[in-house]
Amino acid sequence: MELGPHAIFIVAAYGAAAVIVASLIAWVVLDFRAQKRMLGDLEAHGVTRRSAGVKEHA
Amino acid sequence: MALVDLANPTRFLNFTERALPWLAAATIFAFAIGIGQALFVAPDDYQQGATVKIMFIHVPSAWLGMFCWSLMSVAALGTLVWRHPLADVAAKTAAPIGAAFTFLCLFTGSMWGRPMWGTYWQWDARLTSVLVMFIMYLGLIALWRSVEDPARAGRAAAILTLVGAVNLPIIKFSVDWWNTLHQPASVFRLGGPTIHPSILAPLFAMAIAFTLLFLTLHLAAMRNEILRRRVRGMLLLRARAQESRAGG
Repeated sequence: MELGPHAIFIVAAYGAAAVIVASLIAWVVLDFRAQKRMLGDLEAHGVTRRSAGVKEHA
Repeated sequence: MALVDLANPTRFLNFTERALPWLAAATIFAFAIGIGQALFVAPDDYQQGATVKIMFIHVPSAWLGMFCWSLMSVAALGTLVWRHPLADVAAKTAAPIGAAFTFLCLFTGSMWGRPMWGTYWQWDARLTSVLVMFIMYLGLIALWRSVEDPARAGRAAAILTLVGAVNLPIIKFSVDWWNTLHQPASVFRLGGPTIHPSILAPLFAMAIAFTLLFLTLHLAAMRNEILRRRVRGMLLLRARAQESRAGG
């Protein structure tokens, strides 16, 4: 693959695309883990989504 | 499962759990084909040389930036008119993804413009209207972050989104209405594309890959937002229970 005299611009464009896509993937994966962890913590403390279910275990 | 069933957040979560692995696999497969074609199969342009390879990222990013705002506009109607339970979830989670693709469009356009036009930036109608869309994306994200109640934030953001939708035809037709440095439409135009099939095919392959990536990221982000609202609801519930215990 020969990129010619403007290779730096082509590499910069593809590099930026890779960084942005990787950042978006990291954002959804890390956010999912954080929300699951918080839900797990709350449920472990007896908090449920139903109004009757608040029983703090301390 | 009927489409209307997905309005139920729990059913939507079950659907995303099943759909996401398939969508992610399809995205990887589509990118393998798209990048392979873009970098190793597509010929250099007779005038632009290898810099035409930037188009395979630039154009799909531009399409997705606009598609994402269109999707948010439909979701805004869903919030304001039909009060669909997932409408503002869809709009809120699409905004950062749309902003990222719009930024990528601007950056890659700049990288393409320097060797071809002799400048990184020009205040012409197409570039400026896309920059306005990027700034409006940032404004929407800021609005959602600044209002505590998701329902209130959703309604305010829906109005701003519909106002911003006026910019979409301006972006699309800016190259026809004004004398711009940016080239006129060369794919979706009356009379058919003006791009040679050997370059058009990789462009469509990359466009499909980017669209699948968007769908995967958006579904995953919507799932996260539903979970975030559940966490918020449970925290409020716990706070109320603690308050009533302290008061009683």
